Amino acid sequence: MKRVLISDEPISAEFALSGLSDLGGGAVCSFTGISRDDGGVTAIELEHYPGMTESSLMRLIDEAFARWALLGAAIVHRIGRVAVGEPVVVVGAASRHRADALEATAFLIDRLKTDAPFWKKEHYADGTSVWVDAKTSDDDRSSRWA
Amino acid sequence: MRLVYFAAVREAIGVASETCDLPAHVRNINDAIDWLAGQSSGHALAFQDKARLRFALDQAMVPLDAALGDAHELAIFPPVTGG
Repeated sequence: MKRVLISDEPISAEFALSGLSDLGGGAVCSFTGISRDDGGVTAIELEHYPGMTESSLMRLIDEAFARWALLGAAIVHRIGRVAVGEPVVVVGAASRHRADALEATAFLIDRLKTDAPFWKKEHYADGTSVWVDAKTSDDDRSSRWA
Repeated sequence: MRLVYFAAVREAIGVASETCDLPAHVRNINDAIDWLAGQSSGHALAFQDKARLRFALDQAMVPLDAALGDAHELAIFPPVTGG
């Protein structure tokens, strides 16, 4: 089972991971990224590159299937305005034994951060907004999987 | 060629996409950026720091020196920040 979904409506881990526990495996692992209040942020806004986004996320899932013994994987990502406290992304993987799902989940979120065409803007309470800069720490984590 | 822009690049230029007839001497993305930077003050602002730009040709990430070849769509954008 491979699931990629870009949503302009609120997302939930429950929906994103649905079905992963029904694949006959013994392990489901997931990561949920949440819109965070970094010094007065009230919401973030996510822009993406329609078409390329979906294909790049499916390519990451295909690569995860090639590297680990997976039964399923899912990536569900919000776009548009996301209030602080709401999920931005849910990544999950299912496998027979835990090591594959654990490593594949870390791989999927680390590589999503550097490979998938999304851009994040922070909105502040005073009405200002700022595009978020890419972090070198994200590059470092992503390159672990090269 | 169809050009598409995202995030701060889109805001600096003022449009999300445009179609341009690039001159014949424009062979790779670096050439295209240099030529596009002369089209308006917004383009110049968006492209002033090439090290802060990323590129996709027909929706596949490529480096600055990639040849345009017969690609139909060039996307220019800042480093990605999803997740």
